[in-house]
Amino acid sequence: MTDVLAVTEHRRGELRDVSLEMVTAGRDLADQTGGDLHLAVISGDVDDYAEQVNREGVDAIHTVEYGEEFNHDVYTQAIEQLYAEVDPQYLLAPNSVNGMDYAPAVAEGLSLPLVTDAVDLAADDGLTVTREQYGGKVETTIDVEEDHAAVTIRPAEWPQAEGDGDAAIEAFDADIDESQIQSTVTGFEEVAGGDVDISEADFLVSIGRGIDEEENLPLIEALVEATDATLSSSRPIVDNGWLPANRQVGQSGKVVTPDVYIAIGISGAVQHVAGMKGADTIVAINTDPNAPIWDLADYGIEDDLFEVVPALIEEFGGDVPDV
Amino acid sequence: MKILVTVKEVAEVEDEFEISGGDIAEQYLEYDLNEWDDYAVEEAVQISEAEDDVEVVTATIGPERSEETIRMALAKGADRAIRVWDDDIESTGKLDVDTKAELLAGVVEEEDPDLVLTGVQAGDESNGATGVTLAEKIGFEWAAVVNQLDLDIEGGVANVHRELEGGVEELTEVESPAVLTIQSGINEPRYASLRGIRQAQSKPLDVQTLDDVGLSADDLESPLAQTDMYEPESEGDATVWSGDAEETAGQLAEFLRDKGVVEG
Repeated sequence: MTDVLAVTEHRRGELRDVSLEMVTAGRDLADQTGGDLHLAVISGDVDDYAEQVNREGVDAIHTVEYGEEFNHDVYTQAIEQLYAEVDPQYLLAPNSVNGMDYAPAVAEGLSLPLVTDAVDLAADDGLTVTREQYGGKVETTIDVEEDHAAVTIRPAEWPQAEGDGDAAIEAFDADIDESQIQSTVTGFEEVAGGDVDISEADFLVSIGRGIDEEENLPLIEALVEATDATLSSSRPIVDNGWLPANRQVGQSGKVVTPDVYIAIGISGAVQHVAGMKGADTIVAINTDPNAPIWDLADYGIEDDLFEVVPALIEEFGGDVPDV
Repeated sequence: MKILVTVKEVAEVEDEFEISGGDIAEQYLEYDLNEWDDYAVEEAVQISEAEDDVEVVTATIGPERSEETIRMALAKGADRAIRVWDDDIESTGKLDVDTKAELLAGVVEEEDPDLVLTGVQAGDESNGATGVTLAEKIGFEWAAVVNQLDLDIEGGVANVHRELEGGVEELTEVESPAVLTIQSGINEPRYASLRGIRQAQSKPLDVQTLDDVGLSADDLESPLAQTDMYEPESEGDATVWSGDAEETAGQLAEFLRDKGVVEG
């Protein structure tokens, strides 16, 4: 009961990176509790996935062969039964979109305290979870005052486990009650590609909430034209319908790796950062000195974009529109 | 048909703030309707406008101050509201996910809705778990992170798109009754009209206590304790150009030319 059980993730035939991050986080936690690290691999080609997650530090891998793709009613039943079998101290799941779809139900079903979106874990005298609040402006530490807990961990926060492992791979015969399966996945859709592929661009000018109103968009478009850049944005701009979905950088949008990324009025929420941290050089234009974007920026201007952008357009001989 | 929408009043933090007593000092907080709940309210109101005999009821856990937020949801088209609060909840401070879901489950039991819509998460605490926890408590089916909803009322099915990572959406049929957690961008939340704001003042807003939702003070005990809050140490080492806008823009322009990404 000092063990850790971590649930891996795959989609459409491919293991997702977060699975290997779970191995790192899970191994680290199991080292602190003095227990073993167990992995759960559920649905799809489980043997192939199990092979891929069999990295150094994994003690046992349990596979549940049932269905192809993620289904939360299958996952919930399989994990609850596996939990009873393995009897771990802590249950780890990814704080991915699918993790958010089953982890709370599993925690409720097993009467486990749940802490989501962990960025750090410590287990000296009970479990302490570090997580962010208020859009990443603060971090908090949460003490779990029970022996057992479920925690979802933030993707891309732990490194991916490396080195081949030699864990035993065992099929777990979960008893899935089909009458409990009340959701059916009927397919997948890719968000429309559109005319521009921002992931191919070398130079991106990206805008966020700081633009305030759609009427201010021509200002940025004038900058894009004057510098021959490609226009991208953070989520709120697409949510508002000011730009099409193919311009969105971030977790639910595109991952971009340009030579230069200028983030204009973008605070740098974790979901956005997931899409642009691979940029070679990041330049921030932002009035808020505490915005998380400054953690990543290589260069920056701490000033009002409505002052800086017109000046920049003029630098490159463009026309500044009236906005 | 009845749709219950959970509505949370969230705290938004100013750019500059201080932490005192384990939380952000009150004077740096502004309160507003949770962004994701705004989309959930809009989705419910749109369903009520498209279908006959749909009642939209909002459920909020919050102090009297949150009635301003609740009235906003009513002004946007919800029919009536329930606010759960009493002295025991007040003295508990921050509630964990399980407790919030337990309180909301009490409201569901009373109201017996056909569909529950929640935001994916709240902008302040960002647990992203209350909706699914609630579903499991009340025995409803669910779907998390829904960015398209097509309700087949006769068939008892909600056809949803779940927004996965990397620009992929999962198409799922969810049996009713269900809890759906609504992602931002699913619709275009309306602004409350003046007429709506006037009407909201006379719509029912019922305040319920722990006892009313079938719980007692013992149910508020949490195994989770927030022990510290602090500003994360900046990992940044950005070179910040100084001067007025003309000067900083000049330096950025020079940098871009040096990098070779812009000519001219």
